[in-house]
Amino acid sequence: MSKAISISVAGENSLIVYFGDSPSAAIATQIAQTVAYLKTVLGDLLVDLVPSYASLLVIYQPLQTDHYYITSVIRSAIREPIVKIGNEPDQDQTQQQGNSVSLPVYYSTESGPDLQSLADRAKLSVKEVIAIHQQTEYRVYAIGFAPGFAYLGEVDERIASPRLATPRQKVPRGAVAIADRQTAVYPAQSPGGWNLIGLCPQRMFDPNAEPSMPVQVGDRVRFTAISRENFISLGGELQGDT
Amino acid sequence: MASLKVIQPGIFSLLQDSGRFGHHSIGLTTGGPLDRQSFRWANQLCGNTNYGNNGHGNNAKASDSDSDSDSDKKNTTVIEVTIGGLVLEANSNTSIALTGADIPLSINKKPVALWQTHRIKKGDRIDLGFAQSGCRGYLAVAGGFQGQPIFNSQSTVPRESLGGLNQDGKPLQAGDHLPYSEIEPPTLQRLEESQRPSLSRTNTAHLRVVLGYQQDAFSALQKQVFFASEYLVTENADRMGYRLNGPAIKPSLKGILSEGICLGAIQIPADGQPIILLADRQTIGGYPKIGSVLSLDLGKLAQLTPGGKVSFEPIGIEQAHNLLLLDEQQFQNTQLVSLADTKADHA
Repeated sequence: MSKAISISVAGENSLIVYFGDSPSAAIATQIAQTVAYLKTVLGDLLVDLVPSYASLLVIYQPLQTDHYYITSVIRSAIREPIVKIGNEPDQDQTQQQGNSVSLPVYYSTESGPDLQSLADRAKLSVKEVIAIHQQTEYRVYAIGFAPGFAYLGEVDERIASPRLATPRQKVPRGAVAIADRQTAVYPAQSPGGWNLIGLCPQRMFDPNAEPSMPVQVGDRVRFTAISRENFISLGGELQGDT
Repeated sequence: MASLKVIQPGIFSLLQDSGRFGHHSIGLTTGGPLDRQSFRWANQLCGNTNYGNNGHGNNAKASDSDSDSDSDKKNTTVIEVTIGGLVLEANSNTSIALTGADIPLSINKKPVALWQTHRIKKGDRIDLGFAQSGCRGYLAVAGGFQGQPIFNSQSTVPRESLGGLNQDGKPLQAGDHLPYSEIEPPTLQRLEESQRPSLSRTNTAHLRVVLGYQQDAFSALQKQVFFASEYLVTENADRMGYRLNGPAIKPSLKGILSEGICLGAIQIPADGQPIILLADRQTIGGYPKIGSVLSLDLGKLAQLTPGGKVSFEPIGIEQAHNLLLLDEQQFQNTQLVSLADTKADHA
């Protein structure tokens, strides 16, 4: 597998590592391992890391190190991804395999205004769409677009659905949505063109919370249906004008 | 507490420190000053010399040393003024300096020079006019503007509703009180004209580019077009990025899997018109990129206004690295000129 891995210059203080041509669970694990390794080994030489579908952007301090050294450390990370301090592995299993996170969702045509049209297009019942969305264990492939917006894949082909022709001006916070073979929970009210199928009462981004996000890249996510009452009691809000 | 009151916020004025580093993994951009050289000099002129940030994220680990009394200085906050129009009133004595774009500055209606420290007395009114060359000014105050950081930074990012005076990403508004630390007045100093970052009087910038990312997807011919052409800054030029207009260049790739975007990355969307990504850029994106503009040249770009002319020149990563190190040496070894202090006259 490591034959496919390449390292390229991105900019004066950044290298980008390509792990393959398309995202997969194996690549997600490999990226998570590399992230943990680089954080441990590079410490303050590292400015930031941007893991994404099948790549990792490594941003470093150009006045304190250089691309030769960073490249060599990345190569070591790929060759031997587990950092050992003494004889003890310094990483626990979750750093390699990702945390497992369950997110509650109130699925309904009330909370998911595109649920019916998505079901119609897929020639499935609303109930079947809801069931299929819960069957997959998703991986967090990337976080971006907005603070806390996590791209989860891959959505079952039967309920994959293209973006709306005209994006909504206002998608509510917590909206659970599908676009092509990806799904996500909107972390804040924003414009958006994804198909809305439900609402999640859990905050996906809270700058005052620690951690500020319940998931990180590489984590595994499952959705679990909850009732309207349960949604309200967990702090969920229904808005009339979605 | 000592503060400057905002009488008029001007066109678009933001509190900025060196930026918010280390949080790309949750989708946060860095923010920070668009013209880092001018930002650094504004602080230097106000005696905020211990902030030590070279603009590459030295404060990334600031959270580990919150007890460190220097931690505020390491990340000294200034006002980034776009175009101008900012009017402030001081409620106690302090010192200020304005750098960057040529924005007329006056204290109590008396015009004073940019790129030098000025004493401010309680009740003084500080007026910024509108930029005659460039468009980003940096107003620093001795001791730096104070406030509650969020994710270790006060930098204002309106798009993310983060940072600024009330941590909500809002630009300065009339009536805001901007608190600052009261410190020993710094020496009055000036940066000689020959030492200042060059500010184009003709709204043009020549940018050095480190080839990278999907550069192999651009043929030799496409690269030649890119590096031999002149591009114009469009109306879509803001803190997120500068969208240019000129001869279209086409990569052999249509799109790519979304990937991390570094400062200065040049992405080429389907229309072939380059977009240079700046301080408030999105953290990931799916357009092919030919490389990234050298950070030392991004200030020049950010001083351009719509209609400005941009040209490019390729450099290697080794050269880029040398240039960064030399620039840092230059900054460290440039001496400010001490001015006769007026403080005594007023005593």
